[in-house]
Amino acid sequence: MELRFDNVSLGYERSVILRDLTLSVHSGEIMGVVGPNGVGKSTLIRGASGVLSPRSGRVFVDRQDLRRLSLRRRAQIIAVVPQAVQLPEAFLAEDVVLMGRTAHLGWLGQESESDRHIARTVMEQTETLGFAGRQVGELSGGEQQRVLIARALTQEPDVLLLDEPTAHLDLKHQDEVLRLIRSLAKENELAVILTLHDLNLVARYTDRVALLSDGMIRKIGDAREVLTPEELAAAYGITIHVTDHPIHGTPLVLS
Amino acid sequence: MHNTATPPEARAESKRKQVSPWIWTGMALFCALLFSVAVGPIRIPPLTVVRMLAERLAWMKIEADWPATFATILFEIRLPQTVLVALTGMALGGSGAAYQGLFRNPLADPYIIGVASGAGLGAVMAMTLHWPATYLGMALIPAAAFIGALVTVAVVYWLARVGRTTPITTLILAGVAVSAFASALTSLLMLLSTEQMHRAIAWLLGGFALGGWEPVLAALPYFVIGLAMLAVLSRPLNVLQFGDEQAMQLGLDVERYKLVIVAAASLVAAAAVSFSGIIGFVGLIVPHMARLMWGPDYRRLIPMATLTGGVVLLLADVVARTILAPRELPVGIITAVAGAPFFLYLLRRAKQQRYW
Repeated sequence: MELRFDNVSLGYERSVILRDLTLSVHSGEIMGVVGPNGVGKSTLIRGASGVLSPRSGRVFVDRQDLRRLSLRRRAQIIAVVPQAVQLPEAFLAEDVVLMGRTAHLGWLGQESESDRHIARTVMEQTETLGFAGRQVGELSGGEQQRVLIARALTQEPDVLLLDEPTAHLDLKHQDEVLRLIRSLAKENELAVILTLHDLNLVARYTDRVALLSDGMIRKIGDAREVLTPEELAAAYGITIHVTDHPIHGTPLVLS
Repeated sequence: MHNTATPPEARAESKRKQVSPWIWTGMALFCALLFSVAVGPIRIPPLTVVRMLAERLAWMKIEADWPATFATILFEIRLPQTVLVALTGMALGGSGAAYQGLFRNPLADPYIIGVASGAGLGAVMAMTLHWPATYLGMALIPAAAFIGALVTVAVVYWLARVGRTTPITTLILAGVAVSAFASALTSLLMLLSTEQMHRAIAWLLGGFALGGWEPVLAALPYFVIGLAMLAVLSRPLNVLQFGDEQAMQLGLDVERYKLVIVAAASLVAAAAVSFSGIIGFVGLIVPHMARLMWGPDYRRLIPMATLTGGVVLLLADVVARTILAPRELPVGIITAVAGAPFFLYLLRRAKQQRYW
């Protein structure tokens, strides 16, 4: 499975946010999208999920144009973990996870035993089973994030898009969530795009990095090629130092 | 991190919890129905009602030891009226829950996008413009109200469209604007036709003026179709609670479902208003009651709000018939007088628990 942007421009009514995006992500691969605030990272995720249609260019999953697929079909292929959202707080965690089956149900919307089994398996994987029967409103930010990841995986997607999955998480939970995503990408053969603010997390957990600045992809490649002082200075507009992480050996970015 | 599977006992218990609301509300509805037919200028003991029903419906061999007038009162006067009251309450409860879910707004009610004001305009036009009382064998006032309600909702929906989507905020605003417009026209018509004013006011306040089985049979198809649709739409309503964008990403055809939900809920609410007048507060409060008792899952909330609506309106109707007997008050006055303080009580209680 491959998700591919072919010369895509994205924007809203009067403004173009991103232009000439060309990139592709394959099964088992994690692409990190970075760039300064407001550059359009979330817009890229919206374009990749199809809720925002390109102003020009096309987004493909394998050889199919995303715009030609029904919402239902899209949701069977692409799942999204949205950026820290307000959840309907009285819903139970397991019911939220089961919403991931929406695109697989018949018109009466009855969940079958196999739908429940899938949700249960995913909840084991994401370690959310322990609070399955609790209201999502009483869960911590990290637990809610894992519930949303579980919901996305319950869609049984080939492509997983995550918008700032570590926002509002402490160091331990950042690490846990990203490890989880990494192992899922490898085990479930998912093509993953995630946006992140923290460049050091990007360096450690992603296979390739796309650096956005001024509405375009400035550089795309592996972390060592993209996270250089020159590129980062040009994108963020400040002096940035890059050294090696003493333990992981990945690039370590310091301001 | 530790993994704890939900123990099987807990699963079984949650299954049990799903059954009991049906039993409780079902029983409450049955008792309210009995109570409603028993009370009136001539009291029929509830037990006699049960025996009369058993004799009539189940063709059981029960000796008719009740006065012959009881049968007329029960089957030709009280029962049709009671059934209409129950259906109206159910319609308002169910459609209120659907509207609150669609708009994700606790202040939404079945009248929010123009059902009531449209029906009011239709009904008052029929009363004041001296249209014939019946047309093609249909009672004209309910027919005019029904058409007025549906046309108004259609206009609101059409006005609220932005490109290919119908944002919830513009839908509410268009509803408020069009409702105000229709209400103004209604008031004008009433002022211009003083001899019909009293009748029009009584209708607008919500009273069950119609009698016999005919209005029940006329309204029944809309109630059945609309409420059945809402039951099927309860899972999409759950998905819509996450907002349009997430719902789309979960694979829900959001715009189509919005339209179908509005259509089903409006059909039910329009039928209720047309045959029973504008009864306030039931469609606002009953969904909150059901939500506080049984949680936010629309698969349970829609049927429970429906049944609870029937119970609440039946009780309000009994009060309206008896409090100033032999005068009957419009039931809308009772629901508002009792409903407003009860709503405030609910809101105070709601602060202490997550229920939305």
